[in-house]
Amino acid sequence: MSDIPELSSVGVLRWIWRQLTSMRVALILLLLLGVAAIPGSIFPQRTQNPMKVQEFFTQNPGLAKWMDAIKLFDVYSSPWFSAIYLLLFISLVGCVLPRTFSHLKAVGAQPPLTPKFLDRMEFYATVNGNPAVALDKSEKWLKKNRFRIRREENSISAEKGYLRETGNLLFHLSLLLILVAVGVGSLFGSKGEAILNVGERFINTPTSYDTLSFGKFQSEGSLIPFSLKVTDFVATYDPATNAPTDYKLTVSASNPIGSKEETKIIKVNSPLTYASTKIYLQANGYSPVVAIHDKSGKLVFEGPVAFLPQDANLTSLGAIKVPDMSPQIGFVATFVPTAARDSKRGAFSAYPEALDPRLLVSVWAGNLGLDSGIPQSVYRIDTSKMTRIGLKSLGLNQTYNFGEGTITFEGVKSWVNLQIVDDPGKMYALLGAILAVLGLLISLFTRQRRIWIKIGDTVEIAGLAKNGMTGLKEEIDQLSKELKG
Amino acid sequence: MVLVTIAFFAYATEVAFSMKNNDDNDKTDFDFTRTTKSGRIGSIMMLLALFFLFGGVLFRGLSAQRVPWGNMYEFSITGAFAVTGAYIFGVIRYRLRWLGLPISFAVLLTLGTAVTVLYRPSAPLVPALKSTWLAIHVSAAIVSGGVFLLANAVAGTYLILDNIEKKGPRPTWALRLPTLEALDQLSYRLVAFVFPLWTFAVIAGAIWAESAWGRYWGWDPKETWAFITWVAYAAYLHARVTIGWRGRRAAWLCLFAGSTFLFNYVYVNIWGTGRHTYSGL
Repeated sequence: MSDIPELSSVGVLRWIWRQLTSMRVALILLLLLGVAAIPGSIFPQRTQNPMKVQEFFTQNPGLAKWMDAIKLFDVYSSPWFSAIYLLLFISLVGCVLPRTFSHLKAVGAQPPLTPKFLDRMEFYATVNGNPAVALDKSEKWLKKNRFRIRREENSISAEKGYLRETGNLLFHLSLLLILVAVGVGSLFGSKGEAILNVGERFINTPTSYDTLSFGKFQSEGSLIPFSLKVTDFVATYDPATNAPTDYKLTVSASNPIGSKEETKIIKVNSPLTYASTKIYLQANGYSPVVAIHDKSGKLVFEGPVAFLPQDANLTSLGAIKVPDMSPQIGFVATFVPTAARDSKRGAFSAYPEALDPRLLVSVWAGNLGLDSGIPQSVYRIDTSKMTRIGLKSLGLNQTYNFGEGTITFEGVKSWVNLQIVDDPGKMYALLGAILAVLGLLISLFTRQRRIWIKIGDTVEIAGLAKNGMTGLKEEIDQLSKELKG
Repeated sequence: MVLVTIAFFAYATEVAFSMKNNDDNDKTDFDFTRTTKSGRIGSIMMLLALFFLFGGVLFRGLSAQRVPWGNMYEFSITGAFAVTGAYIFGVIRYRLRWLGLPISFAVLLTLGTAVTVLYRPSAPLVPALKSTWLAIHVSAAIVSGGVFLLANAVAGTYLILDNIEKKGPRPTWALRLPTLEALDQLSYRLVAFVFPLWTFAVIAGAIWAESAWGRYWGWDPKETWAFITWVAYAAYLHARVTIGWRGRRAAWLCLFAGSTFLFNYVYVNIWGTGRHTYSGL
């Protein structure tokens, strides 16, 4: 250890490299990776649940700020998490690549020479056979059992089970392939969402999306030019538990745009696929259809407005904004597909299907704040600069006159949230995963062992099993029997 | 409904049998001549329990008209079946009868909570669970879990016996248990045997997630903990095969890895927030 200060910088680098590729460090990194993954399952993550993160910020502003600084809300893209797995994979490369080369060499090579003293081996036996024919007999038996054989004048050295290392290397190299595939997916992929009412059309261009994010090396021109129209959406529920049993979305789609339209069914477990792009049915809800007239009777708004479901029975909240009236009018509204009422909750939904739909509106007049430049949620209204001028529960086709105009509840449509994902790395990840399992099976269930036969005054047999796998004793017994007979 | 009731009775009978099994194995403390017999009775009871459990799982599936792996009650009874199956396999292949006491206790505990706390009437699946991958992914995960817990029981026994042997010779009741080396080797074999299956369970989950949720990996709490379990067992295998860990250290690492699996099953299912929570447990 005293020579450490004299090491050159190359020496230091070599020392670091040797440490990094040592099994002990790899093991520590592996366990560290497991530990580092834990906080992401405890604290809300931006990638999964940005709303929850926001909530956390409003509840504990001081703590959240500090936690955000060390990336506890983005654990899996944080520098420290990335550092661990990158170091681990460097360590893996440093360990596996040299082993791959030496294994490739070993595949062509003969088994090692027979050691001098066989009686030191794990399994050892002397056989009362005829030494003159013992080697020939052994060679025949070993060949039959597909051992790799090296015959010398007085001995045979045989080995079997090279596949173990092959499987081991295949497994680790496959893990590298998976990591590369994940990287490809995040650099060259895209992911977006769009809410569509039944009857609406979607064209796959960036402006059609509600949210859309691209990988670093992906641009807007790379979106597949398809279009689809939502023709029907059916949700069925179990009457006993109110739980959904099936969602079926029917679209008529054309790819590329302008080609013949085809009818396609999209379900939760069967997305619509165009090359590496997939279109998933992610969520659904109700859009009440309303018509709003002003005092003079002029139609100022008509159409479906998507509401956000709040519970399993699809009680939904939403906002209808009419900036073109003077004063501006906003409706803060609750939609219940099957109306029910009790003293505790007030109006609520008793069943997720639209059996007895009602729209509860509270009408606000004033400034909607749409010109402030701050992006607003379409489901909420900032009522700080408004006053409430009315409150009403509307049944189907009922109209409410709130003084500044009228609102008519004309009907209900379903909306669906489509998630459109392009992940070109996916197939490689799958390939890597399949190869990894294959490699794992080969390496864990292949027995690697050596057998030696030596002739002198007697016939000696010895064997060595790698990693203490069982079964070698039986093989040696069998071979001894062969030599006796 | 009738079928569910039959299944329910099957559990009750089964629970009673397991209890008997418990008592029988307890007699090991006192009398050696009688233990062979009572131990054998215990094994037969466990075998019977296995059939009844199979019946229970089967009837549950028939009554719900789907694979019976949609909520925690169903996972638990299937898990109990898997552990019992793994134990019976162990008895035949590795002479594991001595594990009967902890195993039957664990099965009893699982079934007890399943029947009292977790019971839900059978119901159809929510759309996200309607997939062939349900059968593949969940069965692989449950079998892996059963064997992981068995390995944990072996590793735990190792640690207890090791402590006892440090103080002096084994007391009479422990004489018939395998040697420490055999225990050590056994827990390794169990893990090495089932690690590929666990890997497959995670991959099958990823393939399913890709078709249901639009991504194959999203660090959902369940996924994260499955990953942690995988990493922990990978570390265990490396520690044994490459560095040569044996004995206490290996047993502790094995216990740690197994507890990450249990944590995933209990914590994430009940208090978790991820996408693996369906239909109230």
